[in-house]
This record gives sequence, structure tokens and C-alpha cells, in this order.
Amino acid sequence: MAAPETSTAAVPTLHTNNTVRNAFGGVLSFFILLLIGVLAFSIRLFSVIKYESVIHEFDPYFNYRVTQFLTKKGIYDFWNWFDDRTWYPLGRVIGGTVYPGLTLTAGTIWWLLNSLNIPLSVETVCVFTAPIFSAFASWATYLLTKEVKGAGAGLTAAVLLAMVPSYISRSVAGSYDNEAVAIFALIFTFYLYIKTLNTGSLFYATLNSIAYFYMVCSWGGYTFIINLIPMHVLLCIVTGRYSSRLYIAYAPLVVLGTLLAALVPVVGFNAVMTSEHFASFLVFIIIHVVAFVYYIKGILSPKMFKVAVTLVVSVGLAVCCAVIAVLIALVASSPTKGWSGRSLSLLDPTYASKYIPIIASVSEHQPPTWPSYFMDINVLAFLVPAGIIACFLPLTDASSFVVLYIATSVYFSGVMVRLMLVLAPAACITSGIALSEAFDALTGSIKFQLPGVSTDAEVDAGETSSDTTEAQNDEVKAEKPEETSKDRRSKKSKKKEREHVERPSAKAKVKTKAEKKRLLALPLEASAVSLLLLIVLGAFYVVHCVWAAAEAYSAPSIVLTSRSRDGLHVFDDFREAYSWLRHNTDVDDKVASWWDYGYQTTAMANRTVIVDNNTWNNTHIATVGTAMSSPEKAAWEIFHSLDVKYVLVVFGGLVGYPSDDINKFLWMVRIGGGVFPHIKEPDYLRDGQYRIDSQATPTMLNCLMYKLSYYRFVETDGKAYDKVRRTEIGKKYFKLTHFEEVFTTHHWMVRIYKLKAPKNRIRGKTKKSKSKTSSSSSSKTSGTKKKNPWH
Amino acid sequence: MEAPIRATHILGFALFFLLFFVCRSSPLHDLLISSAERRIDLTSHIVKVYLTLKVENAGSSPTSEILLAFPPTQVDHLATVEALVTKGKRKKTTLVRLDVKPTELPDAPNGTKYFTIYLANPLNSGESTTLEVLYLFTHSLEPFPAEIGQSESQLVYYRDSALILSPYHIKQQTTFIKTPSTKVESFTRVEPTNRAGTEMKYGPYEDHPPYSSSPILIHFENNSPFPVVEELVREVEISHWGNLQVTEQYTLVHGGARHKGVFSRVEYQSRPTLSGTSSLRYLLARLPPRVHSVYYRDEIGNISSSHLRTDSRKSELEIEPRYPLFGGWKATFIIGYGLPLQDFLFESSDDRRYLNFTFGCPLLETVVDKLTVKVVLPEGSKDPSAVVPFPVEQHLETKYSYLDVVGRTVVVMEKKNLVPSHNSHFQVHYTFKPIFMLAEPLMLASAFFLFFVACVAYLHIDLSIRK
Repeated sequence: MAAPETSTAAVPTLHTNNTVRNAFGGVLSFFILLLIGVLAFSIRLFSVIKYESVIHEFDPYFNYRVTQFLTKKGIYDFWNWFDDRTWYPLGRVIGGTVYPGLTLTAGTIWWLLNSLNIPLSVETVCVFTAPIFSAFASWATYLLTKEVKGAGAGLTAAVLLAMVPSYISRSVAGSYDNEAVAIFALIFTFYLYIKTLNTGSLFYATLNSIAYFYMVCSWGGYTFIINLIPMHVLLCIVTGRYSSRLYIAYAPLVVLGTLLAALVPVVGFNAVMTSEHFASFLVFIIIHVVAFVYYIKGILSPKMFKVAVTLVVSVGLAVCCAVIAVLIALVASSPTKGWSGRSLSLLDPTYASKYIPIIASVSEHQPPTWPSYFMDINVLAFLVPAGIIACFLPLTDASSFVVLYIATSVYFSGVMVRLMLVLAPAACITSGIALSEAFDALTGSIKFQLPGVSTDAEVDAGETSSDTTEAQNDEVKAEKPEETSKDRRSKKSKKKEREHVERPSAKAKVKTKAEKKRLLALPLEASAVSLLLLIVLGAFYVVHCVWAAAEAYSAPSIVLTSRSRDGLHVFDDFREAYSWLRHNTDVDDKVASWWDYGYQTTAMANRTVIVDNNTWNNTHIATVGTAMSSPEKAAWEIFHSLDVKYVLVVFGGLVGYPSDDINKFLWMVRIGGGVFPHIKEPDYLRDGQYRIDSQATPTMLNCLMYKLSYYRFVETDGKAYDKVRRTEIGKKYFKLTHFEEVFTTHHWMVRIYKLKAPKNRIRGKTKKSKSKTSSSSSSKTSGTKKKNPWH
Repeated sequence: MEAPIRATHILGFALFFLLFFVCRSSPLHDLLISSAERRIDLTSHIVKVYLTLKVENAGSSPTSEILLAFPPTQVDHLATVEALVTKGKRKKTTLVRLDVKPTELPDAPNGTKYFTIYLANPLNSGESTTLEVLYLFTHSLEPFPAEIGQSESQLVYYRDSALILSPYHIKQQTTFIKTPSTKVESFTRVEPTNRAGTEMKYGPYEDHPPYSSSPILIHFENNSPFPVVEELVREVEISHWGNLQVTEQYTLVHGGARHKGVFSRVEYQSRPTLSGTSSLRYLLARLPPRVHSVYYRDEIGNISSSHLRTDSRKSELEIEPRYPLFGGWKATFIIGYGLPLQDFLFESSDDRRYLNFTFGCPLLETVVDKLTVKVVLPEGSKDPSAVVPFPVEQHLETKYSYLDVVGRTVVVMEKKNLVPSHNSHFQVHYTFKPIFMLAEPLMLASAFFLFFVACVAYLHIDLSIRK
């Protein structure tokens, strides 16, 4: 809006020329956005090209399975789905415990395509959902940044987000996880919030609550929104920026958003009962009090107002104290203070490692290292501070939101690697602002310095986006520059009155601006060199992102490849094992494995598992952990009591696959020991060191996990050299008495054992064997037996 | 052994006379077989029987029909029967294929089933001719023991009769049985019986009346894997833009002795000759030449262990299942490939088009229990008709593929119990107007056009209520 306005003021004849230029700019930015979308989509296809169109990793397999169920059975069966294939014998209510956003999105896309007679399989739709939504996310970033700092910054931020490695890591083709759609929903919700804040339109406020609803459907990270927006509102109120626009942006969001959030089964009454949401209600009350005060201030004389304030403050303080005391008492009565474990570990980073080993055991819940920042956001890490500074010049409601967003997300990403994902959009937005401001300043000064162009400089200055933002400061209603006088006349007429008021000041601004420009202009050489350097920096970022997308983040992790002198080696052992289970075991057989492989087993092998990646029942996981860390007989008894027929272990010792069960074993001991105290971690450690060689403790060498992993391993090379631990194993020759090997994959990465049927009881024999075991086994094992939870 | 044989003889005679009196008028007993030689090949799991018959017309009237008889237990496993007659003399002999059709006779003894061979030229009285008959049995080797461990070898039973079952008098007959190895646990002796190396010889037996039989049982080692495709669905999709897309869905099972107990990878890898000898490690599919975009996958993704070799005459796809198949183990997979259309689609004289494609399963040495061939014709094609060299069940379906409106006609053909010799060509004729090829591009173009028009219209219409 500002651009055509100032130009008409300066040179009236330029008006038509500028309209054409703006229209051209609009078309250009449309095509740039289209290309950004294509870029965001195609940079994520490396996994399909290098590997295949397949679902990745662990959680995506569950989402894929749910989507299959949804497309096969329909939405009502989906809400009522009780899954008896997992958590045997407990089962799991899927409809009420899953964030349905992703599934419903992919299901809708599939349904739409099929009703147009485009017969894509559910798998294909699931694989490509994430890249599609990352294109949407970059468009949403454009919109958000445009609201904050104009179209130039928007385009830059969108390009940066389209290929930020942190986001690529969660949204490559096949990575069918909640985050894929949630990041789009997050950015879009923020955009609509800023848009409402800038326009004060109730229409956008309603859209904002719907976007928030979509976010709640998609990801547990929605609590970030419902805490960040209140924080921003509070910030605005404290810094004296309260306006009716702020009220419209916030109050409908809380009311509608909370109502809508409560509709999602997995959230339900949590939307009003847990501490994560309390901040929003508190700020909701505050904003009403503030609104009321402003209203009263408007109708009372200043003297009367002062009296009223003292009266209200004294009464109000008393009431507030009482309410807060009640709230604190309520919250304190619950053991976790009303916070969920994951949220608590965000506030207190040491919480999980102290109390919940199951959260601490997940690698993506660990704090990140410095290199991972460089890996995931690369040069953005250096541009972010510049962007924050740019946000303060000048500070608007919108730019203060961006500052708050980047500050909180930096903190959260410092607690959990996984939340680097929330940081990425914020980093892109601030870096986009920084880059675009820098380009503006540099190109502006080059333009200013170059002879011949300098006469136009005054006019051009009016069009640069930095100017737009300055104008935005005065009139927050800055409209899209491409909005010509032809369309949306009605909207324009509404704003005319306001502009009339501001026009004289704007005119004055233009004159002073030219002066300012002259002062701020950099020398030609310096600006040219720094422009070049910025381009090099951008190029470095692009190269890094493409490398990250192609090499680091595109491996599907269920199929591994290694390059050696004699060509490409493919390790497809996981699917070999799952396929074997699927076709050669009974449909109702139960398979026990560590919980990492639960989702994959149910999705790929279609067999019932005991525990899976939805770690909702710690005791159940601890039972499996206990069985894995017990000696063979005790383990057999635990598994037998759980009706388990097959035990699956992942073993990397033959080919050197490091994330196998032996390396995860200490977590099994810890989690098992957390519930069943007879499993003690020190029993498995020799002098505090975890080892499986000849120095290992007898408890370690006799536990089930060791035996199942290394059974007959010595026969492969004669020495039993473990390539992951880089040592020869401690106990090489042993027999299994209660388990038998039924399948081992080609590279030994997955080994499946069957529980032997219980022996027929012959009176004399059982007695004999019992006395034998008790006499032969150490006191520790007999102690184990007594404390065995399954007796 | 003697007593039951005599009993069957007596029974046979009784039946013979009974039949003789009941159907005197039929030319059945005017024929006699002067000599018969049968070679049974047991080397793979498909039992191949080559029968050479010298047929003589001893009656007075010429006849052109010759009957073959099969016991009911064998007829269920019978996959195919072919008959050839030698023409010409001495060196210039050529083989001519004859029609063979299953026939029902009103009073067949003990449920015997018949196939009739139709001679091209009627056999006059007193003349004789030589017929070559080839028939194949599937699922006729019964593993015994039915379950074996990983390192044991696979032993099977084969049951047959030492005498050829025939409605005609056979003057002289001999049967040769070839086993895959010299390891034969036991076999029934019907004197004279000889065994030398991998071959056993029953006979010669002289002058046996119609329907005589003498059961034999051979117990021998057969370590070849028994690949059985329980169900195969082949979908052939014709696109007139120049491509023929074939998708084949397999449910493969190892039909040999069931695997029992432990599977040890270390033994399997270190002693491949001793351990798991009868396991199914790889399969070879013979695909048409000029095949492209071949894929091999199953429901959980691509299977990386396959090789494709192509030359100008054929393409060979060597595939390995995800895991070696032991007896009773199953695997499912999908093979898909594209072919240039001009190799398979032709225009016939009456302005119709026809597809000429192979019917059976491209995997070598594989039995298919149930095969469904679906030919998806392009949208808008009419009057489909299929010509298949053997009887199949047929019906039509409709399939909706990319942006179809009326759907594509699908000719579905089903057949049970197939062997590789069913890989003969079949034809599907249909009419198709080339203008239909443009339907979908035009539809897309108009949809986009309408979309843009709507956009332009939206931008130019002022919908505001208040000016």
C-alpha cells in the first residue's frame, strides 16, 4: 500500500508505470514462490531416487498402518479402533491416543485422488505427504515473514526454509511423521496470528483458531503455540502495546481454540486441565482486565480514573491472591504438578534422566551438541543475531513476536535435539529478514552511488522493502504491494480515511528519508564486496543443504547400504526378517522384541507385539527389559507367561551395524531395573564399564540378550570377533535350552528365536532338575527366581 | 504281489466283457495297441510322461478317435495332455499336433476318466499309426518323511501302475522311469523289473487286456526345490500410447517336504551342499525381449536381489526371494515390467485389433495352482473376445484407472493347475477408435482452462456489498 501511495505523492506521472511494475513484481514473486514449492518438494526426493519409495524408520510405520486402516475401514471405525496387535495382552485404543491430523490428511488426499480415479496406493500417498507439506510450509513462511518485514524478506525466508536441513531431516519423502504436517500448521497458525494482529480482522482470527485446531490434531507440539502466543500478548501488554487488534488476535483464539482442541480425542479435557494450557487462560484474564481498564480510562476523567485504579488494585490484588493460592494448591496436589513428563523435561532438562529413563533413552530426546546446530541450520546460526537486530529496527508487534519465537525455540532446541525442528522455521525467518535487509542496504547504496541512477534514487527509495517496513511502523495496515487500485476497491475505500490522516506525515517522511539514505549509504566497493560475500554465504548454505538432503538425511534406515571397493552392498535384513515372520508364522503368534521394533513388526510383519514405540506403559516395557536381562530360564518363564512365541533380536556384530540391541542393552537393564529392583545395573558392568569381552561379568554373559545375539556366532569366523564392539566376545560356546533359532537373516542383523514348548512334566524328573538348578546356579539367580514378578 | 495282480486281471476281464456286451456298437474294441512304450521322468517336481503308442485298427470300420484312460487319482493332477502323430516316412518325418479333448463315457470302470485323441485322417481297418503322447502331472510326488530338518535330503513317493491303463488291449508294453539320482530307497517289483543307474525298467509285459493295472510305489531322493505358485494374477494393461504394462502377483510356496525345527544360518552359509539342499534359493523368469522398467517388490518394498539379462531374443530375470524358501515356507512378491506395444498388438483385417501374448507363468519349472490373466483394454474399446488354445473360464470386469470416466473393460481368464508348457500364446480381439486416446488429455486441458477462467473471473468481479 505504502509504495504506490508515496510515489503518487512524489511524481504523479509515474503512477501507471509503478502499477505495471507492481503487477510485474506480483507475477514474479508468484513464480518465485512456485519454484520455491518445487524446490522444497524435489530436494526431499533424494531418498526415493537413491533408495526407493518406502516408509522410513519407526514411527512412520505406525502412521502408515493407521492410514491403511483408515482408508480401508472408514473414519468411524478409525475413531473406535482398539488395536489388539500391540501391547499384548493389554491392547491399545488407537483412535483416542493418536494425533489424527497426519493420518486424516493423508487419508483425505488418498480419498480425493481415488475419487478422481487416480489409483495411487496408500503407501505412495504417505511417502509423498511430507514433501508436499514442506512446500506448503515454505509458502506459509513467506506469508508470515511478509507480514513481519515485507515481501522481499518473505521470499528469502521461504527459500531458506525450503531447504533447511533440520526440517529436511523430518520431511524427506517417506518420513511420514506428525512433524511433517505439524511444521506447516505451526507456521501457518503464527502467520494467521500476525495477520490478525496487523489487521484486527475477526475473519483471520477465526481462521487462526481453525489453523490452531489443525495443529492440535497434528502434533503434541501445539502446546508451544498455546504458550508462545500468550507470552507475546503479555509482552505487548507489558510494553504498552495493547490495542483492540491484540484483543481480537488473542481472545477468539483462546476461546475457539480451546473448544476445538477439546474435540480432539487425544487432547480432550487436557485442553483445560493440564498446566501446559494454564498460561493461556491466565493471559486471557489479564487481557480482559487490561481491556476493561482501557475502556474505563476512556469514559472517566483522569482524576476519577486514578481513584478507580487504587480501588480496583487493592480489591483485585486480594482476589487474585486467593485465586492463585487455590490454583497452586490444585496443581500441587498432583505428583507431576499437572505437567506431562516430556513437558517437564523441557522445563528442567535433568528431569528425564533422573526419573524417566524411558524418555531419556530415546536419542532424539538428548540435548544437541554444537556440531548438530551447524549441521541442522548451518549458516543460519550466524544470520540469526543479525535478523534479531533487524527485528528491532523498528520493533513492531509482529517483529517482537519473531524475536520471542526465536528466543524460546533456541532454548527448547537446547534441551532436546528433536525440537531443533521448531527452531528451524524461526531461524529461517530471522535469517531471511537479515539477508533481505542486508541486500536492501547494499543494493540501495550501490544504486545510490552509481552515477546516472542517482536521480531516480529518491523514487526508488520509496519502493524498497525497508521503506515499506518503516511505513508499516506508522500505519500497521500495510497491504500487499501487488494489490493494485483496480481490485479490492471496497477494502481500500475503508482504509482511505485513515490514510488521509497519515498522508501529510508520510510526505514529510519521504523528504527526510532521502536525506537519511544519503547518510546511510555505504561506499560502492564495500557494498559490492559484501554483496558478493553474502552470495557466497548463500551458495555455501545451498551446497550444504543439498549435501545434507542427499547424503545425511535420506537413508530410510530399514534398508542400509554400504559402498565398498566391489560395489554397492545392500543390507535388507530387517525386511527379510519381517517378511519371513509375515509369511511363515501363525497369524496370532506373539513376537517379543525391544520396543524400537514394535511399530515395524506390526506394520510389516503383521504380528502381535508385546511393546512398541508408543511407550505408554512403562511396566510392560520394563517386563520385556527384565526378560532380556535375565538368564535363559527366567526369561523363558516371563515370555511364556506373556504368551510369546518368537523373540526377535537385532544384532550388528557380524557386519558392524552399531545401533543393535547389545548397544541398547543398558537401557533395557535400566528400564527393567526401574520397575523390578532385582535387575541391578552394576551387575552388568565391570568397574563401571560396559563390556562383552572376556572381562564381562557373569550376569552379562548369561543374560538372554547376550545369548540370543551371540548364539553360534563363533562358527562364522572361528574367533567370534564383534565388529561393533571391536573385541572378541567373552563366552563363545554355549547352548540354548529354552529357545531355538528359527531364522537368521542374511547378514545376521535380525535373529528370530522360538520359545521351546514346555517339557512334559514327569514327577521324578522335574524334582531332580529343580534341585539341580538350585544347587548349580549362584545365589543371585535363585534370588532372581524369588523376586520374579511372574510368579 | 501275484495274487492281487491276478485279481485285477480277473476284474479287468470281467469289466472287459461287461463293456463288450454293453457297448458293442462303439468302435472301442476294434482298436488294439500293438506296442506301447512309456517314459516317466521324475527328475523335477513336474512328472513328465512320454507315451509312444502303436495303434492298430482291428475292426472293420474306419475310426478317427482314440481314447486315453487315466485313473481318477491321477486325473486331478493332470496338467496337460498333448498328442502328436508322425507323418511322412523315414527321414522326412514331421510331427503333427492332434486335438485332445476330455471325454465322458457313460460307464467308465472305477471312475476312470478319458481323453479322446482325434486323428486327422481316419484309421482304416487293418492300418496302424504311431502316436506320441505327452502328459504332465503336478503335485504327484509325495514327500516322505513329510517333515525334514535343515540338513536332511528330501525323499518322495511316486505312485503309478506298472501297466498302462488303457481301454484297449495292449500286446506289448514297457515303462521306463527316470529318477533324479541313483539314491532310491525302495521300489515295487513287477517282474521283469530292472534298475540301472538312474533308470528303472518295468517290462516288457505281453498281452494285457483293457483296464489292467499293477500299482507300484517308488521311494527316491529328489532334492530339487518344488516351486509352486499358489496363486498368480497377471494383469496386462494396454495403452495405445505405446506401452504394454504387465504386473504379476505371486504367492509362492515351496511344495516339498516341510521344514522342521531349527534354521541355522551359519550352517546354511558354511555348508551349502549339505545343508538346505532342497531349499529354493532363486528363480528364473523368462520375459519377452525389449522389456523395460522391470521391478520386483512385495508389499513392504523393493526386493534388492535380482538380476536382469537382456538380449535380442529374450530377457531373463533372475530373482531371489527375500529369504531362502524351505519346504512349506511361503513368500509373496510382485514382478512388473513394460513392453513395447508394437511387439504384441496387431491389427486384423476386419479393422479390429488383437493382443497376442503368452498365457502362462514366466517362471521356469514352476507349477501354478491358480492363474488369473486380466487383460485391461483401453478405455472406449468394444466387443472384446479372447481366443485361448485350451479351455479357460472367462468373464468381463470394469476397472477404473487414471482419470477414467466410463472405466476400462477387463477380460478375465482363469485356469487351474498350470505347467510351463501352458506358456502358449492367446489373443484378445477388440475394436478401438483412436479418438478415445485424446479423451483424457482434452479433459485435463479443459479442466485447467476452466480453472484459469474462474481465476480471471474472480479477479475481475467485485463482490463487495458496500462501495
